[in-house]
Amino acid sequence: MTQTDIEKGAAAASPYVPKMARIVAADQMTETERFFRLEMEGEPLAYEPGQFVGVTVFGVGESPISICSSPTQGERIELTIRSVGLVTGALRTFEAGDRLGIRGPFGNGFDTGAMKGQDVLFVAGGLGLAPTRSLIRYVLDKREDFGKVTILAGAREPNLLLFREEIAEWVERSDADTLVTVNQPDKDWKGNVGVITRLFKQVEIDPARTCAVIVGPPVMFKFAVLEALAAGVPEHRIICSLERHMKCGVGKCGHCQIRGVYVCRDGPVFTYEQVKRLREGI
Amino acid sequence: MKLIDANKLTALAAALARAGYRVVAPVEDSGVVRLKEWAEGAAIRTGAVPVNSAKDFLFPPSEIIGRWDLDGDDFMPRDVQPDAPKTVLLAVRPCDAAALALLDTVFNWDYKDDFYNARRQAVTVVPMVCTAADEQCFCTSVGGAPDATAGADAMLRPADGGTRFILEPLTDKGNALLDAAGLALAEGEAAADPPVEIARRFDVEAVTEWLSRNFESDLWPALSLACLGCGACAYACPTCHCFDIQDEATRRESVRLKNWDSCGFGLFTLHAGGHNPRPDQTARWRNRVMHKFSYIPERFALVGCTGCGRCARVCGAGMSMSEVCRLIADETKKAPTHES
Repeated sequence: MTQTDIEKGAAAASPYVPKMARIVAADQMTETERFFRLEMEGEPLAYEPGQFVGVTVFGVGESPISICSSPTQGERIELTIRSVGLVTGALRTFEAGDRLGIRGPFGNGFDTGAMKGQDVLFVAGGLGLAPTRSLIRYVLDKREDFGKVTILAGAREPNLLLFREEIAEWVERSDADTLVTVNQPDKDWKGNVGVITRLFKQVEIDPARTCAVIVGPPVMFKFAVLEALAAGVPEHRIICSLERHMKCGVGKCGHCQIRGVYVCRDGPVFTYEQVKRLREGI
Repeated sequence: MKLIDANKLTALAAALARAGYRVVAPVEDSGVVRLKEWAEGAAIRTGAVPVNSAKDFLFPPSEIIGRWDLDGDDFMPRDVQPDAPKTVLLAVRPCDAAALALLDTVFNWDYKDDFYNARRQAVTVVPMVCTAADEQCFCTSVGGAPDATAGADAMLRPADGGTRFILEPLTDKGNALLDAAGLALAEGEAAADPPVEIARRFDVEAVTEWLSRNFESDLWPALSLACLGCGACAYACPTCHCFDIQDEATRRESVRLKNWDSCGFGLFTLHAGGHNPRPDQTARWRNRVMHKFSYIPERFALVGCTGCGRCARVCGAGMSMSEVCRLIADETKKAPTHES
């Protein structure tokens, strides 16, 4: 708490009150997904890959959104937001220079310490690429800390694929294997076709030293986990990020509670070993 | 000991109001007994369990937790302080006071909720020992008692056959309240009436144990079939603490509200994208039972129910938490049980 916070009284430090951020770049990535780069007006946000923030559109409301950038990229934070509700719909019109409220970061984030020295297999479907990108960027920026890096990315259709230019850069890298697939190709698509789990046949997994980070829609998660298990990756090294309708972010409001767990505080990142005990988890 | 005649509780309320307390007490309101802010002239009704719980005055149904001035596209945050007047919860029930242990824990286990804490600190809790109970009361089944003092700053004990109350202070706040009451209380001797006897209806540890093994059970659809998903049980409950955060705006300002919510509502877990991890009322009712009797015990080593019976009294479909627990406890006596 800073001196000014104390002068302003206890409410200034309230976890319910957002801090101000300014949009420095905005880009309509797909018809429904919009990318934002933000700069905090006060202190920069200290965060870990896999954490999330509450994004406030003043006068409209707040939504929980994964941070899709890595702290290794600098002080700005990046968000990829799908327009599906009131707040995210309002954000479609937000441009560079506009201001937003940010609460957080919340949640545990990925345990990058435990992944050090391991091979990392990323399996990201659809919007799941947003939180996964936070860790992909982190791992690629600290490349020497990790073993073999494999990135599997999937989308329903080519024009729904996020971070297309960045994925093209990953494909070019010699220190990472990147494979992309779409379920329904258009006439220009020249890559893999089919569900993401089919890509497992094209990669070699050393189960003794692999962390599988699997983030995507529930149905993708279920089948990708089966593939990872079939490859011999142990349950405690299959890692996922759960989606919940979070509200407070501070383990009180109950919206994200699954059994005795608050996803907003104890998660959103869990191992499969944990998730399989969390009924209703997926 | 400090005494007051049973028909002079309003004089005590008036004395406390003059001493600067906001007095919350059971009063008749639209034909029911309700805990609400006492005003001069209102009779205090101690004969029935109020429909609402004392939580309303620590965690109100709707509370402003943020405010911004809007000016075109620009906005300026304004300071918001909790509205926490010095308050006495007078003649509430031991099951109200028992709920404070859980509310205190939830609102402080990690982040501290300043709004709850400001109200909590400003409150003096004065439950009344129950000398009568109705068929919905089951505090003794969940670790409570009609004369339990947990969470109380002072106790009102009916005495001399209900003709007077003994006001017994238990904490510094309780002593301060007795000082503030001044001449409304008389010095004297009286014999406390025995608390009502409430038979135990189920073994709560057996319920918790069964729940840990029976997330999947044929019993859930049967137990939940009557549930309308109206949320009344959660609103009447002294321990239910789930809330929503909503922003409401005019052209000039935007306020952020912390509003009561309920896991019984279909929208509670619905994602904006359309997925709902608790897709039907059976899953939602199961969560309500599980949260109180399995998840809270597991996480905080407390029981999430104080046995007040309010949920059953307000339920339009005649559902009863104590009946559900009794049925579950009966299951544990059968063999074999459903394995999850």
